[in-house]
Amino acid sequence: MKNGQNLLRIQEHHDPAFVQRVEQQSAQKVSQCYQCGNCTASCAFTGDYDFPVNQIMRLIQLGCKETVLGSRAIWLCGQCQACTVRCPCTIDVARVMATLRSMALESGFVADKNLRRFSDEFLRSVSLFGRVFEAGLLAAYKFRSGSVLSDLELAPVLLKKGKLRFVPHAIEGRREVAALVKRFFDAP
Amino acid sequence: MPMNDRVAYYPGCSLEGLAVEYDVSTRAVCRALGLSLVELNDWNCCGSSPASLYDPMLSATLAGRNLLLAQEARLDTVMTPCPGCLKALKGAIKTRDAHPQALAQALGRPLSERVHAVSVLQLLYEKVGPGALAQAVRRSFDGLPVVPYYGCLLTRPQAVAGFDDPENPVSMDRLLEAVGCAVADFPFKTECCGATSAMTRSDIVVRLSGRLLDMARRLGARAIIVACPLCQQNLDLRQAQAEKAMGTRFGIPVFYLTQVIGWAVGLPAQDLGLDKLIVPGKGVLPDPEPTEPSES
Repeated sequence: MKNGQNLLRIQEHHDPAFVQRVEQQSAQKVSQCYQCGNCTASCAFTGDYDFPVNQIMRLIQLGCKETVLGSRAIWLCGQCQACTVRCPCTIDVARVMATLRSMALESGFVADKNLRRFSDEFLRSVSLFGRVFEAGLLAAYKFRSGSVLSDLELAPVLLKKGKLRFVPHAIEGRREVAALVKRFFDAP
Repeated sequence: MPMNDRVAYYPGCSLEGLAVEYDVSTRAVCRALGLSLVELNDWNCCGSSPASLYDPMLSATLAGRNLLLAQEARLDTVMTPCPGCLKALKGAIKTRDAHPQALAQALGRPLSERVHAVSVLQLLYEKVGPGALAQAVRRSFDGLPVVPYYGCLLTRPQAVAGFDDPENPVSMDRLLEAVGCAVADFPFKTECCGATSAMTRSDIVVRLSGRLLDMARRLGARAIIVACPLCQQNLDLRQAQAEKAMGTRFGIPVFYLTQVIGWAVGLPAQDLGLDKLIVPGKGVLPDPEPTEPSES
């Protein structure tokens, strides 16, 4: 970081196979991006990104695999689809971001461990009950991420309103659902 | 689809917990307006964003199992009030169309081409509509200034949503006008509230949702009307956090569309879960006495 900007040595990391893999896995022609910037202008999360989304598109074209898969931006994307709607090249930009997240996970780049913890706890809940058990999921996630104190003030509010159920609703087909999950995801 | 046709109802997990009032008000409003909902028997979680993180096919199979349940109950239209679930159901339908064999193999059975998914907003807009709704009003909102907040996924991306306009949706505006609300032109009607960052980065949600609340207040809105459990939680449950961060006080109730319509057609408060709102909404609702009582 220099003057708030990320300086990159783009010549050192060129991996042409990466461009192809992203295009193949996302089914999107990222190479058509001509840097109009509509995606970044539409993005609600740009302020928290290390690289704005138009730069992510350019970095893919340049084959900067490590920079892209190691970026914070791909984990912060909220999948709001504003970029996708406004891309003049009809690139589904949000889909590219989601694909990058899956690719990062496969290749061992995880810039946001909490998001992964949350996702794992979520799928564990689905495997156990067939549905998400909110109270159990929140407790397990807060415990595992070590953020027990965050949002603590919301708990009494939810309790007073009777919005937290303490008994999970397990469906009859939970074993069938667990088998579907297991094909793609093994709980760590 | 004629009015008396049955619609498969997929509530989704949020509507069993944090968004229970969206569930009860959806059921009550559909019943009152002649839409027959049949809850899918033994439905499962759609997988939401965690499933698609690991594999889009995992998302398609989890959501697809629910579509199969509808198919087995001989119901072609699956309605879900939750835009997140809707995204997953529509993703499964897209997978069915693009890779029918792969999905059939993952599910163990083929999924019929007839099954499709809609939001409760689309169902109310297309099967009831502003005209018929206006006829059913028994407690008019009488010019209450409100803003409609659609959020991200109800109309985006257009190829998936296939409903209303992705940049300037108006279906909710029209339904709210039909029950007497004065609907302000809300420039942030499709801006993101921060979505699922609520779990991992609540600071982002507080900032983005705070911006929405601030704009609603500047437009003079007495309430924000939503159609998404996550948007509702980010704006209502976290409103106090936004107030604290911004050093201000909003006090703007955030109603589900179905609660507002239900109140307007004369349903009692307990059928609409109005007591579940964190920022109390009673103060802005019209007089509880229906204008044309049915028993008299």
